[in-house]
Order: sequence, then structure tokens, then C-alpha cells
Amino acid sequence: MTDRISSNRAVVRAGLRRARVELRQQLLSPLVIGALVGPFIGLAVIWWLRDDPLMESAISVGAFFVPAFVAFGIVNQAVLGVAGEMITERDDGTLLRAKAVPRGMAGHLLGKLVLHTGTTLFPILVLLLGAQLVIEGVTPDTAGDWARLLAVGVLAMSATLPFGAVLGSLFRSPLSILWVMLVVYGITALSGIFYPLTALPTWLQWVAQAFPVFWVGLGVRSALLPADAVTLELTESWRTLETFAALGIWTVLGLVLAPMALRRMARRQSGSAVAAARERFLSRGY
Amino acid sequence: MTYGTTEVLRGVDLEVATGEIVALLGPNGAGKTTTVEILEGFRVPSGGEVRVLGEVPHQAGEAWRARVGVVLQSWRDHPRWRVREFLDYLSLYYAPYATDEVERPWPVDELLERVGLAGKEGRRLDRLSGGERRRLDVAVGLVGRPEVLFLDEPTAGFDPRARRDFHDLIRSLADLETTVLLTTHDLDEAERLADRILVLAGGRIVADGTPEELRLQVSGTAEVRYTRDGRRFVHHTDDPTAHLTELLTSPGPRVEDLEVRRGSLEDAYLALVHRVETGGEADWHTLTGTSETQAQEEEPA
Repeated sequence: MTDRISSNRAVVRAGLRRARVELRQQLLSPLVIGALVGPFIGLAVIWWLRDDPLMESAISVGAFFVPAFVAFGIVNQAVLGVAGEMITERDDGTLLRAKAVPRGMAGHLLGKLVLHTGTTLFPILVLLLGAQLVIEGVTPDTAGDWARLLAVGVLAMSATLPFGAVLGSLFRSPLSILWVMLVVYGITALSGIFYPLTALPTWLQWVAQAFPVFWVGLGVRSALLPADAVTLELTESWRTLETFAALGIWTVLGLVLAPMALRRMARRQSGSAVAAARERFLSRGY
Repeated sequence: MTYGTTEVLRGVDLEVATGEIVALLGPNGAGKTTTVEILEGFRVPSGGEVRVLGEVPHQAGEAWRARVGVVLQSWRDHPRWRVREFLDYLSLYYAPYATDEVERPWPVDELLERVGLAGKEGRRLDRLSGGERRRLDVAVGLVGRPEVLFLDEPTAGFDPRARRDFHDLIRSLADLETTVLLTTHDLDEAERLADRILVLAGGRIVADGTPEELRLQVSGTAEVRYTRDGRRFVHHTDDPTAHLTELLTSPGPRVEDLEVRRGSLEDAYLALVHRVETGGEADWHTLTGTSETQAQEEEPA
């Protein structure tokens, strides 16, 4: 009989199966090179700048770039990776297939959540392990530091992933992902990820703090950088409480908006929508 | 059903009994896909009443979804998945819906055998040929042992050989007690596969019956051609036997080059569709029920 518990168990099993299959496709195949390009470029930059001091502070530009690449990796994959994949999957019928199966959408989303956690964390781990060899004092060395990095990482993902889903469901054409990229990279450029926010005029500092990207960056820096690097921050404080509060608010907002956006998108899925996308692909090539 | 202010479906009344294979036949743009999407629950009708397995499709729950199989026109999804792992994955969703009578999901090995994909388990989906991909789509449609299976233009873009193979596959499913509704613009396909054909044109059902019934309605008129006295005659009649008896026993010059042809289903279908599309209020009966006998004379060839 179809009670709720066995149905839930089936959804969880299917979601995890999906994540396992797709993780294997992405990490145990030549595609893994794509996932490694980012961390290796990052490592090269870090190595190049390992001795340049940053604004007369105690740390080098290279050291500052370690948390920068980690934060950028999270935002990039969780927002742009997810949004891009959703647009692809809507066009090729993957989402419609999920809709044609009992509770298929729930299993699909669970699978994607696990998958994207993996595809986000994997390059970050590679970068952190590599950075340990290139530069000193920027990887967590105590259990407490690791716990802090993990907590920040989980919260950063939960604050950004839902917005990847929202953006992916709002836009129709694969080209519009370029607009999403522009906006996301623009916000990232504002957010003091690759340079201290103190370098910006005060009003831009306020704008930056309104977006989650700044708080992701601050949280990661607090977990990775040595204690005296705190002098580069706005109030010369890691503002742990504010970081968790800000990312928490963005998480709640995302978890309210994402299901609405996903439901709207799922409702609009139909065979003719997929066929129309196929037509567009054949005639225009994207 | 309307798109904006354009009404695309009106007066589609159909009832389908359990285990029937029904073909929804019509030209491109007749509303076939729209009809099927409403029945699948993927589209909300602007009016009217729809019930599939006793429920309103677009409001029905997940248990209903488990009893319905869907094969769409164009799937390009999951390109990097392998045949076996894809079916295994999808079958997980159906396990909670097994009942004492219906085993769910369909064991994947058996299913692969059934649709003719045994031996292709490890193939990536994007490396399957068009025909193989379609077989997989049918397997996906069947993995939950549905009570109703929808097939939307299942053989669009097939070469004749692949089409024939696919027809064999669908007919081999007849023992499943699954109700099948397929759409097609190919009369031949509808005739081969279906127990019953519905002709959809201009957003309405304009004919409904078994292929045999439709054929009989049409072939009620026969065409008798002959040459007599060096002149060519073409005669349309409801009763070719009587006409021939009279013709051959009547005094006069010899009847030569005699030919009797049943009106073809295809001719009638095309004429019907043409009439609806050019705005005529046609239905099957007004088209095929013309019973006046008329002889006309043609110039000698």
C-alpha cells in the first residue's frame, strides 16, 4: 500500500541514486578536467602572488586569494551552475520526465541538491589541499577551524543554491544565462571577495553588504585567514554573529522563493514546450 | 481549450474503455498534442470535463501519476545516462505503488527484453539510434506498469523499417491490459495499431470507429470503370453488384477494361480533413454517405 513513509523512502532512495550516478558522470570521466580548471588557475594565481604583501598587512595577496577563490567557487557553482543546468534540463525534457513520474520532481530536486553540494565542494577541496602546499597559514589546522569552515560552507550553499534555482526557473533561453552571469559577477566584484572592502567608498560598502556574496566571503575568510588579517575587515572584526544572521536570512528568503519559482516552472512544463525548445535548438543552434 | 483568444479544441467528446488501443488521427495542428497533454495532466483545459482513470488529470495526485505512462514526441534528456541505470533509477519511484494485483515496478531485465533492448543495457542514451531511443521511451512509459499509456506521435521521423519494428512492438503489448492512446498523422499507422480510430480535425472529433467500420462507411461507395463502344465510363455506386449485373446483362456493345474499386480510407480521410480545414461543416457521414448514383462520361483516353 502506498503510505507516506514508503513513498518518502522511495523518493530519498531515488534522489540519492540520481546524485550518485551524476556525480560519477562528472567526477569519474574526462569532464572532471572542467571541474579542475578553476582550482588550478586559482592555485597558479595564488602561487604567483604568494609574496606580494596586501596593503601593508600581515598577509600576502596570494593568501588573501585563497578564501577569495573558495567563496567565488561556492557562489559560481551554486548560482550559475545550478541556473545553467536548470535551463538545459528544462529544454531537453529532463524536468518534464521528472514530472511524468510519481513524486519525480521531489526526487529530482533532492538528487540535484546532493549533486551540487558535491560538485561545489570538490573543486574547493582540491584548491584547499593545493594551497596548503603553496602557501602557509591559510588552511584550517585545528578541528575548530575545520568546523567553522564546514558551518560557513553549508550556510553559504544554503543561502545561494535556492537563488540559482530561482534564476534558472525565471529565464527562458540559454542566452539569458549571460545576463544572470553579468549580474552575479557584478555583485561578486562589488563584494570585496578579491580585495578588501575597505578599498571601496562607504556607500558601495553598504550596497555590498546587502547581498549574500559579501557574507560568504567574510565567513570563509574568518575560517581560513590568520587572526591578524582581521585588520583588513570593515570594523576590524569577523562579525561572526552578523555573518550567520545575514546568511540565515538569505537562506530563509531563498527557501520561500525557490519552491514558488520551481512550482511555476514545473507547471509550465509540457511536451509542446520541450518540442518548441527543440525547434529553437535546431533552427538557431542554442 | 483556448490559447489566448484562439480556440484550438472544441467538441472533443471521447470515451475510451479499458484495454483499448485508440489512435487519435489528424493533420498537423489539429489539436492532437493539446488533447493528449490535457489527458496527461500537463495542461489545464480552459473548459469542459476531463476524467482519466476517474480523476481530473491536472488535479490528480501522485498515486494517479503512477498509473499513467507518458511517451512524448521529443525526448533528448539524460544524454549521459546508461540504459540500465536510467530504468533502474526511474523504477525506484514506482515501488511504493505496487498492489496485490499489479507488481510495480516492472522488473527492468524483463522490460528490456520486452521492448527489444536486451544487450543494450550499458549503452549511453545519446548513443542510441532513433529507433532504439524510442524503444527506451516506451520502456520508460511502461516501467510503472501503467493502466493507461499515452504515445504522442511515436514514429515521427522514422524510416519505414524502424516504423514497422515499432508497430510490432506496440502490437505485442496488446496482452498487457493497458489502455493505449496514441496520436499520429499517419492513417496507415492508425489502421495497423488501433482498435479504434478518432479523427481530429479543426479542433473537433469528426469521425470515430474501428478501422473496419470507417472503411465500410467509406467503401460503401465503389467506383466502376469500363469501356464500351470505344468510350470510357466512370460510375459511382453504393451497390456495385447490382450495377454490374445490370450492366453486363443489358444488350449492347461489349463491356471492356472493367475495373471495380472500393473507395480508399485514405482518400476519404484526406477529403474530410481538407473540407474541415477549408471551413466546411463536414463530418464523416455527410462526406461518405452520398448515395446518389451518378454516371459520368469521360473522353476516350
